[in-house]
Amino acid sequence: MHLVLFFIFGGLCVAGALNLLFQRHPINSALSLIVVMSSLAVLYLLLGAEFLAAAQVIVYSGAIMVLFTFVIMLLNAGREDRTHGSKAAYLVGIPGAAALFAMLVYIFLSYRTQLGGASIGNYLVTTTDLSKVLFRDLLLPFEVTSVLILVAVLGAVVLARKEH
Amino acid sequence: MVPIYYYLILSAILFSIGVGAFLIKRNIISVFMSIELMLNAVNLTFVAFAHRWHEVSGQIFVFFVMVVAAAEAAVGLAIIIAIFRTRATLDVDRIDLMKL
Repeated sequence: MHLVLFFIFGGLCVAGALNLLFQRHPINSALSLIVVMSSLAVLYLLLGAEFLAAAQVIVYSGAIMVLFTFVIMLLNAGREDRTHGSKAAYLVGIPGAAALFAMLVYIFLSYRTQLGGASIGNYLVTTTDLSKVLFRDLLLPFEVTSVLILVAVLGAVVLARKEH
Repeated sequence: MVPIYYYLILSAILFSIGVGAFLIKRNIISVFMSIELMLNAVNLTFVAFAHRWHEVSGQIFVFFVMVVAAAEAAVGLAIIIAIFRTRATLDVDRIDLMKL
């Protein structure tokens, strides 16, 4: 059951990410990124992170991607054209990403015996557990992030404002 | 039961696709979206390790990454709007000057 769900939603993740890579229109990339993020939320649920699954749907595939699609439509972004720079990017990008992938997979496979397995219900972090750590041990970092958000909002307003 | 390294390899695949898209894409919004993809891949690794060692702090890390990603998306998209307003292009090859 767990394995089947993992392969369905992991496959959706990979398919969405590849679609993001190969689509030339940004709105198609944005929609496939929403597919990736929503399937990642299901994978979080499988790993027992119920709060993060909800936050992933609300924050990532909700708020952030709405912002992205809004900006794409606002700026009327069209298909990207192949320029001189894209050739060099292909020559460096694909082997570089493949080398990185090979290195990561080699490291993970060499430690696979120590890593063990995951099954549903084996380890569940409820919102209570998470908030106990977040609001007791990590209260200061949590409050600092609220300042960060405030600064980011002010910066966004200043940057996007029309200059007169 | 699913071995944890399946999750790690999935996140390695997503991260590598993100790196490839970051280098290949020419539209500045697509480049920005591939950064988000890389952040998501790392989040999956954090959650998988949190499951493996029964540690809540791994999930707390993901929570903070989400918060910072939201702030980053707001500021980054505002910068993209400002760039588009001054140069009327979204092509990263033509955005090569700090000041016009």
